[in-house]
Amino acid sequence: MSSTHEIETKAIPASAGVPVAARSGARVRRVRTSWTPWWTAYLQAAPMALVFLLFFILPLVATVVVSFWNYTEYSIEPAFVATNYADVFYGCFSGGSALCTTFATYLSTLKFVAIVWVATLAIGFTVAYFLCFHVRTLPMQIALFMVCTIPFWTSNVIRMISWIPLLGRNGLVNETLQGIGLIDAPLEWLLYSDFAVALALVHLYTLFMVVPIFNSMMRIDRALIEAAYDAGATGWQTLTNVVIPLVKPGIVIGSIFVVTIVTGDYLTIGIMGGQQIASVGKVIQSQINFLQFPIAAANAIVLLAVVLLTIWGMLRLVDIRKEL
Amino acid sequence: MTRTTQFSVSRRSLLAGGAAIAGLAATAKLSAFPTPAIAQEKVTLRYLSTAVNQSPAIAEKAGADLGINIDYIAVTTDDVAKRVITQPNSFDLVDTEYFALPKLLPSGNIMGLDAKRIKLADQIASVIREGTVDGKTVGLDGTAPSKVLYLPSEQATEFAGEPTEFLTLIPTTYNADTLGIRPDLIDGPVDSWAALLDPKFKGRAAMLNIPSIGIMDAAMALSARGDLTYGDKGNMTREEIDKTIGALIEAKRAGQFRAFWTDFNESVNLMASGEVVIQSMWSPAVTAVRTQGIDCKYQPLKEGYRAWASGFGLPVAINDREKDAAYEFINWFLSGWAGAHLAKQGYYTAVLETTKEAMEPYEWAYWFEGKPAEQDILAPDGKLLEKAGATRDGGSYDERMGRVACWNAVMDENIYMIRKWNEFIAA
Repeated sequence: MSSTHEIETKAIPASAGVPVAARSGARVRRVRTSWTPWWTAYLQAAPMALVFLLFFILPLVATVVVSFWNYTEYSIEPAFVATNYADVFYGCFSGGSALCTTFATYLSTLKFVAIVWVATLAIGFTVAYFLCFHVRTLPMQIALFMVCTIPFWTSNVIRMISWIPLLGRNGLVNETLQGIGLIDAPLEWLLYSDFAVALALVHLYTLFMVVPIFNSMMRIDRALIEAAYDAGATGWQTLTNVVIPLVKPGIVIGSIFVVTIVTGDYLTIGIMGGQQIASVGKVIQSQINFLQFPIAAANAIVLLAVVLLTIWGMLRLVDIRKEL
Repeated sequence: MTRTTQFSVSRRSLLAGGAAIAGLAATAKLSAFPTPAIAQEKVTLRYLSTAVNQSPAIAEKAGADLGINIDYIAVTTDDVAKRVITQPNSFDLVDTEYFALPKLLPSGNIMGLDAKRIKLADQIASVIREGTVDGKTVGLDGTAPSKVLYLPSEQATEFAGEPTEFLTLIPTTYNADTLGIRPDLIDGPVDSWAALLDPKFKGRAAMLNIPSIGIMDAAMALSARGDLTYGDKGNMTREEIDKTIGALIEAKRAGQFRAFWTDFNESVNLMASGEVVIQSMWSPAVTAVRTQGIDCKYQPLKEGYRAWASGFGLPVAINDREKDAAYEFINWFLSGWAGAHLAKQGYYTAVLETTKEAMEPYEWAYWFEGKPAEQDILAPDGKLLEKAGATRDGGSYDERMGRVACWNAVMDENIYMIRKWNEFIAA
């Protein structure tokens, strides 16, 4: 109660000052717009649009085009054939009992997406909640938030590889557990396993969940929470009826980050899984290495479609634009 | 261009170390080829290959002896082939593996080297030219260099059936690969490729995740175990590929493998950390584990070795001036010093006679004759490799190269094979 109150009183002088500045700012801008040619906005958007066109749209178009080409070991030839897509889904619809490579690969990827999403959401939400509602002063909030970002000062490959000496057969975890007599033989599943991959992914990407959720939480009007308490809501009811609905956009944005990154990840899965676990990225990489560009392009397009579909599904749940 | 500049800067900074080697080299027989009298600035050769083959000392020495600038372009094995095919104007000299040739040659981007302009062409090791060691034919499964060495004409895009005046690649380095083991963590002897799939090493074996090489190691293991016989391990039929991958999937599901690796350093780490006690390995990786003070052996096996060879090729797009310089550089490369430099890292070289002349007798005896080292064996950078008394794993050149069973290869069914390999990884 007292903490919400404090923040509220602090906020008052700031908000009282805003309208004056905003009003004068609006007046100035209105005068200026009449002098501005209509194409200025386009000009302002042009650099970014150009960057997008050159480095995103064009390569994407090229990828789509190449995915319909023919190839040999040493050349790719313009054509319009669907064989690459047929190869991607080779054996998928033949009705055999075993799953085809592509479906098995996507299934394994989806498994990691689900595990990592649940874990990062739980950890990310908790961390953001703590920072936002339990830490009382702004400087402390900023300081603790910076602490969360410290691991990101090193490259993510290094953060991932540092797990290896910890989890290995003769690693720190195994030696400690053996030292205190909890286990007799080293745990083999700690490294080069699904566990290791999930652990590393959660470790790498939790911050992508923390930041947008924290951002959404900070915008919650404390008066709403106070009102919930006054109306007799329990802590849990406040959480589920007030806080969670209001941080939905943050959750969705964080989820988009995590889901898209994990779907396309092949480095973490490769290193932590000892290259024994398939990922779509790795399939594409080995095809590129063997100069099979068209089938690699077809795989990339399928991957893109899967990711877009996931994002579309998530955006259906929350209208981010409205909430922002 | 920025890239090139960066390389020369870093090379310059390495010259301090290289100077010692250059000094050593002064005692060796100097190149007999005259420095060309060019009024223009020094000619620069853009040398495309993997980083392993790019010794700063060789570039430095070539610069001093020939007045040619060597600009290294370092990429991975797969990227060498990719670059030859997709960016044929971006280099003047390529050092690539023979097994890439069935892909590179039809692209029309590389051309033959004129044997008449290579002074020591007829002294190139017989294992490369004819597939023989000491008069005896070695195993030629896969893309053996002798099968892809000759071209009917300079710009041909198909191989010649018999020896001609035009060579696809002039060998730089070659060697015979086998399994690496940790003798301190293994009970009993390992003498067969079958050990790779032996349940005794369940959860402690590793394989290469480079499909074209990995599948050959698997084929060596399966045929050693007597499960399968192959017509040509380096050029399998679809049925052979299916059976091989089937057996690999079975082993993987049974938990045979701890990990797969693609990068040389990964294999070093797997071995040094004890995660893996037996795996397909490359010779410099074994050396790297040993320099950490960890016992690691490049174990000779009764079925023989899987060999590889790498060599110089020329891009079709090369200019005359660079072409002359490239021939000059290749001739210099074969003349002894460069070969000795590479041989001291464990590689075999194109012209054994000149390599021998450029090495100390005790070094030659250790590296090529399989004799115990009379004194400490040092790497070219002066680091201690082996103490006096040690012998090389696998023995002499004749014993090692003479027992080659197959060569790194690209199969006719390569596309199918990669699809099956991905199935194996996903299983």
